[in-house]
Amino acid sequence: MIILIHGLMLIIIGIWAMLTRKNLIRIIIGFAIVDTGINLVLVAIGYIKGKTAPIINDAVSTAQGAAAGMQAVDKVVDPVPSALVLTAIVIGLAVTALMLAYAIRMHKTGRSLNIDDFEEQKW
Amino acid sequence: MIKYLLIALVLIGMGWLFLPLATEYFTPTQLNNLAANYVYGSAADLNMPNAVTSVVVTYRGLDTLGEVTVLFLATAGVGFFLKRKNSIKSKRRHGSEILKSGADLLAPLIILFGIYIFTHGHLTPGGGFPGGVVLASAFLLLLMAQEHFTFSHSVIQFTESLSGIAYVFIGLAGLLLLGLNHFLDPRWLNLGQWGKLFSAGAVPLIYSFIGLKVGSEMSGMLDSLQSDGGDE
Amino acid sequence: MIETILTIVLAIISLMAAVYAVLTKKTLNAIIASGIISLLASIMFLLVSAPDVAMTEAAIGSGLTTVVFLYALKHIKDRRSTHDD
Repeated sequence: MIILIHGLMLIIIGIWAMLTRKNLIRIIIGFAIVDTGINLVLVAIGYIKGKTAPIINDAVSTAQGAAAGMQAVDKVVDPVPSALVLTAIVIGLAVTALMLAYAIRMHKTGRSLNIDDFEEQKW
Repeated sequence: MIKYLLIALVLIGMGWLFLPLATEYFTPTQLNNLAANYVYGSAADLNMPNAVTSVVVTYRGLDTLGEVTVLFLATAGVGFFLKRKNSIKSKRRHGSEILKSGADLLAPLIILFGIYIFTHGHLTPGGGFPGGVVLASAFLLLLMAQEHFTFSHSVIQFTESLSGIAYVFIGLAGLLLLGLNHFLDPRWLNLGQWGKLFSAGAVPLIYSFIGLKVGSEMSGMLDSLQSDGGDE
Repeated sequence: MIETILTIVLAIISLMAAVYAVLTKKTLNAIIASGIISLLASIMFLLVSAPDVAMTEAAIGSGLTTVVFLYALKHIKDRRSTHDD
C-alpha cells in the first residue's frame, strides 16, 4: 500500500521533471524516475500480505509435482506482475540508452543540450 | 508564468487521476484465477519451482520473444547513432591500480556468477535477464579497468544472432514435436526430476540463450556508448 | 510492524532523492540521485517479495543505468571542452 502510493508519487515527480527541465539529460533522468515508479506500482499491485515469493521450495511445500502446486497456491504472491516487470526493467535500460544516444547525437549536430535551441521541430 | 500554472495544473490533474488507484485499492487475500493457474501449472505441468520463470518463458513466452526483439532494436539504434570510425582510436583514461587488480580478480568470478544465474533460472530467483546483465557488468568492469581492452564485435554479433536463432528454433521444436498450439512449449525435452538442474524441459536452454543474447547486446551497447561517438 | 517502518523510511529517502534530482543544478548530482532511487526501489521489491525483480533492478537500475548516464555525460563534457571554448 505504502509502496503503491510511493510509486505513484515517483511517477508524478518524474513527469514534473520531464515538463520543467530544459536540459535533455535531465529530461531523460525524469523518464528513468517514471520508469522506476511504474515498476513499483505494478509489483505492489501483485503483492498479497503475508505471503512469500512465488518460488516453490521447502518453505512453501514439502511435496513434489502437482501436490506442491496445490499447496503453493495458498502461500505465494502473484507471479504475473513480477514476470512483466522483470522484462520491463531491461527494456527500460535499453530505451534509456537509446534516448541518451539521441541526446549525444543532437549535441553533436546542434552544439547544445537545451531543448529550446532545437527550433526546427516546433510548430 | 502561465506555463508554470499549466504544468501545476497537469500535475494536479494526474494526481487526481491516480487518487482512485490508491484509495480504492483493496488488499487481496488470495490469488486470482489466472495467477493460481500459473502457480499450479508451474509445479504440476512444467516441474519447475520458480513460478516467475514459468510465466516469463512458457506461459507468456511469445511476449518475451517480442521483448527480446524490442531490446535488439533499441541496442541496434544505439549502435547506429554512435557509429564510430575505425580509424579513430578512442582514448580512454587509465584505470587506477586498485581498479585494475580488482578487475583481474573479480571479472572471471562475475562472469561465472552470471552464468550461474541464468542456468539456474528455473530453480532460484534470477534467470536470463538478470544473468545477462551481470555478464555485461563484468565486461563493463574490464572496459573501465584496462585501457586496451577491446572485445571483437564480430564475436558479439555472432553470439547474439546465434542465441536469437536458437531461441526461435527451440520454440519451433515444440511446434514440430508436440503439435499446433505448442509454440515455445518446453515439454519436448524430458521434464526430469524436481529441483534438479536438468529439469523442466527446455526451460534452462531457453533461458541460457536469452541470457547470452541479453549479455552480448548489453556489452555491445556499453561498448558503443563508451567509445567516442565518431566524426569529430 | 518493523517492515512498515522500514518501508516508510525508504519511501521518504527515495522521494527526497527524486525531488533533489529534479531541483539540483548539477546534472552529475541528478544522475547519482536517480541511482539512489533505483537502489532503494530494489529493496522495496524485496519487501513485496519479488526477489527476481529485486535482483534485476539492483543490477540494472543502480549499476548499468548510472554508468550509461555517466558515459553520455562524459561525451558531452569532452566535446564541450574541445569545441565550444
